[in-house]
Amino acid sequence: MKICVLVKEVPDAAVEKRMDPSTKRLDRSGEKNLNPFDTHAIEAAMQIKEGGAVDVDEIVAVTMGPESAVRALHKAVSLGADRSVHLTDPALAGSDVCATGYALAQVLKAESPDLVLLGQQSDDGECYTVGAVVADHLQMPSLTQVIKIDVQDGKLRCERQAEYGYDTVEVELPAVISVGDAINEPRYPSLKAIMGAKKKPLDTKSAADVGIDPSRVGEQGSRTAVLAINPPPAKEPGEIIEDEDTDETVQKIVSWLEERKLLA
Amino acid sequence: MTTTEQPPADARSHAPDPRDFLALDSLLTDEERMIRDNVRRFVREQLLPQVPEWFEAGVLPREVASQLGALGVLGMHLKGYGCAGASAVAYGLACLELEAGDSGLRSLVSVQGSLAMFAIWRWGSEEQKQEWLPPLARGEAVGCFGLTEPDAGSDPGSMRTRARRDGSDWILSGQKMWITNGSTADVAVVWARADDGIRGFLVPRGTPGFTTQDIHRKLSLRASVTSELLLDDVRLPAEAMLPEARGLRGPLSCLSEARYGIVWGAMGAARSCYEAALEYSTTREQFGRPIGGFQLTQKKLADMVVEVGRGTLLAHHLGRLKDEGRLTPEQVSFGKLANVDAALRVARSARTVLGANGVTLEYPVIRHENNLESVLTYEGTAEVHSLVLGQALTGISAYR
Repeated sequence: MKICVLVKEVPDAAVEKRMDPSTKRLDRSGEKNLNPFDTHAIEAAMQIKEGGAVDVDEIVAVTMGPESAVRALHKAVSLGADRSVHLTDPALAGSDVCATGYALAQVLKAESPDLVLLGQQSDDGECYTVGAVVADHLQMPSLTQVIKIDVQDGKLRCERQAEYGYDTVEVELPAVISVGDAINEPRYPSLKAIMGAKKKPLDTKSAADVGIDPSRVGEQGSRTAVLAINPPPAKEPGEIIEDEDTDETVQKIVSWLEERKLLA
Repeated sequence: MTTTEQPPADARSHAPDPRDFLALDSLLTDEERMIRDNVRRFVREQLLPQVPEWFEAGVLPREVASQLGALGVLGMHLKGYGCAGASAVAYGLACLELEAGDSGLRSLVSVQGSLAMFAIWRWGSEEQKQEWLPPLARGEAVGCFGLTEPDAGSDPGSMRTRARRDGSDWILSGQKMWITNGSTADVAVVWARADDGIRGFLVPRGTPGFTTQDIHRKLSLRASVTSELLLDDVRLPAEAMLPEARGLRGPLSCLSEARYGIVWGAMGAARSCYEAALEYSTTREQFGRPIGGFQLTQKKLADMVVEVGRGTLLAHHLGRLKDEGRLTPEQVSFGKLANVDAALRVARSARTVLGANGVTLEYPVIRHENNLESVLTYEGTAEVHSLVLGQALTGISAYR
């Protein structure tokens, strides 16, 4: 089995995120890191590999991004990927979710994996949708919010986090699975893995290398356009329940939770 | 004629980050930063939540060594034999992050990597390296380093532990004191006086005549195991001796390695205290405003950030010198003297910012402050390092 894991370089969690008013894109000038949600996807791939239910030949980390995104790939490799592919091309800058999904699918076509894993969301765009777009282009089944994966008879048996409880879904391979962050606790890369990351193979591909139609990517090729950017509305103040009579307070909290269907 | 250039728009709009005021991160390679971030995250997520309990109970569980081994920080700066061969700067960064957790954690790593493992790596036979370094690097085995004695501290040359020959065997007798990891160690590097000078020996746990006794009632480095080693006619085969070390140069070379880690580590403890004080000063209100708004508190915070920035920069500089093979023991003494002193001043000042809360284990400050009292004394007292500098400056030894 060959597993491709889609990863992304995002602004570090400690950096306050800002929009650049001139480009209407995220200001990516500060410290960057591997999207923390992707570390769960890499860990899921590692657990499939180490689980022994299926032979995993290789785990390939794939990203699309500027030159600096190489660091995200090094981190992905230090967490266990065997090699990495970096799709980078000025023509790709400004791609929206659909264009990004198309471009990544082109890389994946060349890799022809049995399983594509990715994190549920990026820590910057937070679209939750790239997996579905990629799956559509590859004509593969797609699942989101997966929090358990078992390999059985060449198929995947997945638990998917639903609004109330879990769905258990069986999926034929190849498939694109977007994992929730509850699926596992990503390991700490060992020092040797960090130091060995640069020695693992890294292929750099241009848009042309993977047959990307230039009219379908970049700002021009994106079907969405950012018209304006505005700060989010201020949060409504929370409800404070004063504890005068504890029984009454508990009742109030329980009914508050019930109204929101948060109690099973 | 000179012109004053406007700083670029970016520099004007971004105030310095209080957590890295001098932007020292920009001095690090990507790899060093990844190593640092990884150790930092590990300490914060896996160790720090338990450190106050360990400190209070006066314990450090054995599993911590295995965890640190899996992370790869034990002997990380050594090459071969299962060690990662990281740069001196990367090793220093790891020490800093560990000591930002607790000096006891950094002590474990210093003693394992810089004292026990370095002694074997630098002075041991090929067989000794093969046998001990890989399990020590993985944390499956723990090592300790026995040099100090009850009556031989700053003057290790006065040691009374003896090694005498009996046929081809060695017989060791004597006592070692203040030995970190002593009772948990699977192998002790013991220095003893032989007929031809001071020699090092590898004494495995369980060797007949070799016992340990933990030192209790410490009010410092409580999350660290400190023991006495008792050697009562311990018989060792000829191969137990470190063949390449003779004289005090052997143990002193190891101590210089460990002191280098302290130069960094002390700044970890200082940073933790400074960050605690900064956080507290912006949330604690008195007289209707955060105490961070008062001039006396701001002066304390400013002095702290200066000490932390200056000390970290010094550690970084010494690290680069070490990576270039140019670092001298006297420069390490400079770093240990300066940074431990600075860290103690930061800790004491931070404690005053936290008021009464500062003396509890709810905050890291008093724990660091107490730990640093040990760090001030071990691996060469502040006094001895001052005299090392004095000798380097004047050419006159004040103690020999």
